[in-house]
Amino acid sequence: MEKRAIFSNRLLPYLLLAPQLAITLIFFYWPAAQAVKQSFFIEDAFGTTSTFVGFENYRTLLADPYYFKSMGTTLVFAAAVTALSLSLALLLATQADKSLRGAGLYRTLLIWPYAVAPAVAGVLWLFLFQPGLGLAARQLQRLGVDWNPLLNGAQAMTLVTLAAAWKQISYNFLFFLAGLQSIPKSLIEAAAIDGARPARRFWTIVFPLLSPTTFFLIVVNIVYVFFDTFGVIDAVTGGGPAKATETLVYKVFSDGRLGGDLGGSAAQSVILMLIVIALTSVQFRYVERKVTY
Amino acid sequence: MVENRRLGDFFAHLILIAGVAIVAFPVYMAVVASTLDADTIANGQMGLLPGSHGLENYRRLLFEGTSYTTRAPVYGMLVVSLISALGIAIGKIAISLISAYAIVYFRFPLRMIAFWLIFLTLMLPVEVRIYPTYKIVADLHMLDSYAGLTIPLIASATATLLFRQFFMTVPDELAEAAKIDGAGPMQFFRDVLLPLSRTNLAALFVILFIYGWNQYLWPLLITTRDDMQPIVVGIKKIVSTHDALTEWQLAMATAVLAMLPPVLVVVGMQKMFVKGLVETEK
Repeated sequence: MEKRAIFSNRLLPYLLLAPQLAITLIFFYWPAAQAVKQSFFIEDAFGTTSTFVGFENYRTLLADPYYFKSMGTTLVFAAAVTALSLSLALLLATQADKSLRGAGLYRTLLIWPYAVAPAVAGVLWLFLFQPGLGLAARQLQRLGVDWNPLLNGAQAMTLVTLAAAWKQISYNFLFFLAGLQSIPKSLIEAAAIDGARPARRFWTIVFPLLSPTTFFLIVVNIVYVFFDTFGVIDAVTGGGPAKATETLVYKVFSDGRLGGDLGGSAAQSVILMLIVIALTSVQFRYVERKVTY
Repeated sequence: MVENRRLGDFFAHLILIAGVAIVAFPVYMAVVASTLDADTIANGQMGLLPGSHGLENYRRLLFEGTSYTTRAPVYGMLVVSLISALGIAIGKIAISLISAYAIVYFRFPLRMIAFWLIFLTLMLPVEVRIYPTYKIVADLHMLDSYAGLTIPLIASATATLLFRQFFMTVPDELAEAAKIDGAGPMQFFRDVLLPLSRTNLAALFVILFIYGWNQYLWPLLITTRDDMQPIVVGIKKIVSTHDALTEWQLAMATAVLAMLPPVLVVVGMQKMFVKGLVETEK
């Protein structure tokens, strides 16, 4: 779609674009290009000379067991957060979709955690599950669970998953609710008249019709876990214990903070870039389809 | 429908109330903890009801800071958060508005290249280029400054796409009429397009303010001074790694203060928030 009514001015459009383009070039493309370049070089210990080494940094990285561990951690984390947060949100959205009294109030009370920063969400859950202090931790200990996420990797993972999923429920809830409200009520009524019980109506009609929303949300949630949960991890576990909660983004951060391996850190960044490109492409392909249908 | 509505509705209310309770519980406990004294929490005696030390805790936190971990008063952190969140939200909206205007209402060489350059930044979030970006900001002497906290974050593919989409739906006749009446491009932008974009602006502002307020990784990287730290970063320092030193009642009061402004914005501007959320995802 193109506009017919256009203004002619030689200089003005460039001036209007200048601020945005300057920022994208200086703070987006230049560092990204630097990362790509550095990933093919190795610097000496003093940072004075660097040698071109081809794919050496990538080979080293892919041979590093910690890198695979971090990859696995990220995938488990993504799967757990997505499954937990989507199923809870779907359950709540299907209830809120019924024409209930106070539906608007429920919606308000369910969407506000969207506004809580991941790092703050992390601190809230950390406190709740702080051994000896937090209400939830004391309850677990009373039940005989040896609860200590500072030492137990699986428990630490559970804790960051709870915090990350909690924050994402409101987003998923809103999109599921919108998806549910766009399903024609006549379809469901027809099935009801034919004698289909509520559970059957849900699984054979509502859930399949909701699949574009579900698919979209799965992609969004994976992107969220990969790139936006840094604050949760940093506040709750700092990647520990023994790197049990170190996601890919957290690994780039903590490896780089210790200084040293510039090339290896750059190679990690480049791989992350490829992951974002892949995920964003999937998301946009889906959005295109939503527009044409 | 054919089933017993009353029973179904009863269970729906039950599930929703349970959902609301789960969602609110961690925040409620933070509010409770922020009104207790240190000993009650440290001895594991905290219950479900608030205590009487609320005022004292918040006053100490806001104007004096915690005793062990960071001595910076949280009042300063709130100011940093507010300025950078406003800077990021307004900056993103301003530069995206004018870029979208240039792309939609002008024909010039490199137009599509400019569009794609902006669009593809979607694929370069700060998380994947942490240290090279840090280095540039350091080279430009923007560490520990408001410029460093805001400018590198204000390019926005999402906002530009949103305004582009909106401008496309504005009838051509408006621009034609403006031209016949002798209005220049900037006059048309200011007097016609800007007022028409009001709702979109407000919806986007809500989303971007929350985005700006909740930044964590970037300010963590580029600020070293305590007085240039947003509250979301500051809270991590209050939660000390040495367990015994953490003043939990103050940490939780900080969490409450860090949540309050963005949550108020979401609740108070709920319609705009939902609109912004749905539209930025298109």
